[in-house]
Amino acid sequence: MSDHELEPILEVKDLCVSYGKVEALHHVSIKVRPGEIVTVIGPNGAGKTTLLSAIMGVLPFSRGEVAYQGEAQVHVDVERMVARGMTLVPEKRELFGEMSVEDNLLLGAFMRRRLGFRDEAETLDKVFGIFPRLKERRGQMAGTLSGGERQMLAVGRALMAQPKILMLDEPSLGLAPLIVREIFRVIGDLRKTGVAILLVEQNARAALQVSDYGYVLETGEVALEGPSDALEDDPKVVEAYLGLGGKKH
Amino acid sequence: MDLQIALLLGQDGIVNGAIYALLALALVLVFAVTRVIFIPQGEFVAYGALSLASLQAGLLPGTLWLLLVLGLVVTALDAPALMRQGRQGGRRLATLVGWQCAYPLALLGVVAGGTPQSWPLLLQVLLVLAIVVPLGPQIYRTAYQPIAEAPVLILLIVSVAVHLALVGLGLLFFGAEGSRTPAFSEASFEIGDLTVSGQSLWVVGASLFLIVALYVFFEKSLYGKALRATAINRNGARLMGISTTFAGKLSFLLAAAIGVLSGILIAPITTVYYDTGFLIGLKGFVGAIVGGLASYPVAAAGALLVGLLESFSSFWASAFKEVIVFTLIIPVLVWRSLTTHHVEEEE
Repeated sequence: MSDHELEPILEVKDLCVSYGKVEALHHVSIKVRPGEIVTVIGPNGAGKTTLLSAIMGVLPFSRGEVAYQGEAQVHVDVERMVARGMTLVPEKRELFGEMSVEDNLLLGAFMRRRLGFRDEAETLDKVFGIFPRLKERRGQMAGTLSGGERQMLAVGRALMAQPKILMLDEPSLGLAPLIVREIFRVIGDLRKTGVAILLVEQNARAALQVSDYGYVLETGEVALEGPSDALEDDPKVVEAYLGLGGKKH
Repeated sequence: MDLQIALLLGQDGIVNGAIYALLALALVLVFAVTRVIFIPQGEFVAYGALSLASLQAGLLPGTLWLLLVLGLVVTALDAPALMRQGRQGGRRLATLVGWQCAYPLALLGVVAGGTPQSWPLLLQVLLVLAIVVPLGPQIYRTAYQPIAEAPVLILLIVSVAVHLALVGLGLLFFGAEGSRTPAFSEASFEIGDLTVSGQSLWVVGASLFLIVALYVFFEKSLYGKALRATAINRNGARLMGISTTFAGKLSFLLAAAIGVLSGILIAPITTVYYDTGFLIGLKGFVGAIVGGLASYPVAAAGALLVGLLESFSSFWASAFKEVIVFTLIIPVLVWRSLTTHHVEEEE
């Protein structure tokens, strides 16, 4: 249901990021429209995590710009992005291990509280509605959770900020197939809440099935882009990322 | 040694230990959040005690000038970036100028224009807190924020520099003479053979209250949780919008407040000189080391142990009092290095 009439909420233009002399991203341009799920797929080391870090402001970029909600920026500041409704669930989850599940979630609403909102109790109920497991474990230390629960907590914590755009870095990484299905079901359900999602994944099949539009990132460059159903049928994508066509669905 | 002397020394040790415990907690807090070993902690003790003494003597404490000068420096550092930010920056610029320039000037007006020496003690204490505590975040902004990502060793070297600068300024502000302030309470109580002074009860009571208050702050309040989150996972905290700068300033604010209150509490018990704070802070540091710079309860218990060790060794071998206390650090480090799993600092 991607409506291409809408102004993009996030537009990355011509982005270059270097680690020392090595250029990790090479003139990358992507767009995300409000309420849309966009995925970036590609092999390990293609620069997917680098892309998200640069958009969030965790990593400086050398060229190009990140336009968020129509405002183009050459220097992105993490706190400012969080305040304006962007959240990132990093690949390493970065939970607060020695704090309870509930405290982890409440800290997700830290910026909203600072901005003067006092609705974290209702948001907490909503997050518990999406992940009932977290409600059962609310008093447990985050560090003692299983891998799947940790990922649920990381996503739940990001949702506590009531983001306009949610960026997920490899949410299925290292999880059992059943949990992966659960996570992707939640990503699909989030579409109804109107949040835009930028999803970085190695699990290309699941990512393309849940998303509206996709980019294929290879060695720091956008190799291919298009509506997700078209990419799913693209012979190059099928061969490189989806395996044998017969395995589809 | 008979029982009465032992009780007396024990009382002394607990009173001093309570102060060391407060300072140890502040050191653990600052290190956990910012990785800074906050050697200047002791200077806040001295500044607190001496600022109170000069207010009571009807003088203008030099710390007020430091507050104003650092305020101007912070304004000069932060204003350019805010001026480039448009409307939202404008509001933050007004807040900045308000706190860093108008606030010190207002305090200056209150102290110079009023007669704080005739105020009740509680108001004088609040005024000293209002003057000295903001120096904490100001020092974080000027000395540590620009190098927040530097290795622990660099941060330690800067701490030594800040400590030396503040001791020198202390000499300039307050002179080489020591000061003592009147006791909060002249009362004394007889419990069996033991005479307990009202001031000792004040110190122990206020320390316990502060420790409980800190516990509640870290467990219950969102800002307290944000500080703990930063200590546990800096990257995770940043992604929640808890900036390293914010956490650093808040932890320095708390550490400064703890230091100043400790100074005000001990000022009636011991004569405080411009350089007294260092030794007191160092004993808090020994306590913090016992807790591995990580555990709050163990650090507080370690600091209490330091206080008791100090008072008993001053009886048995008073010339070696400091030697005995600081030697404690060696067995503790040996024991810790044998029992704890060593983790290399991540760079």
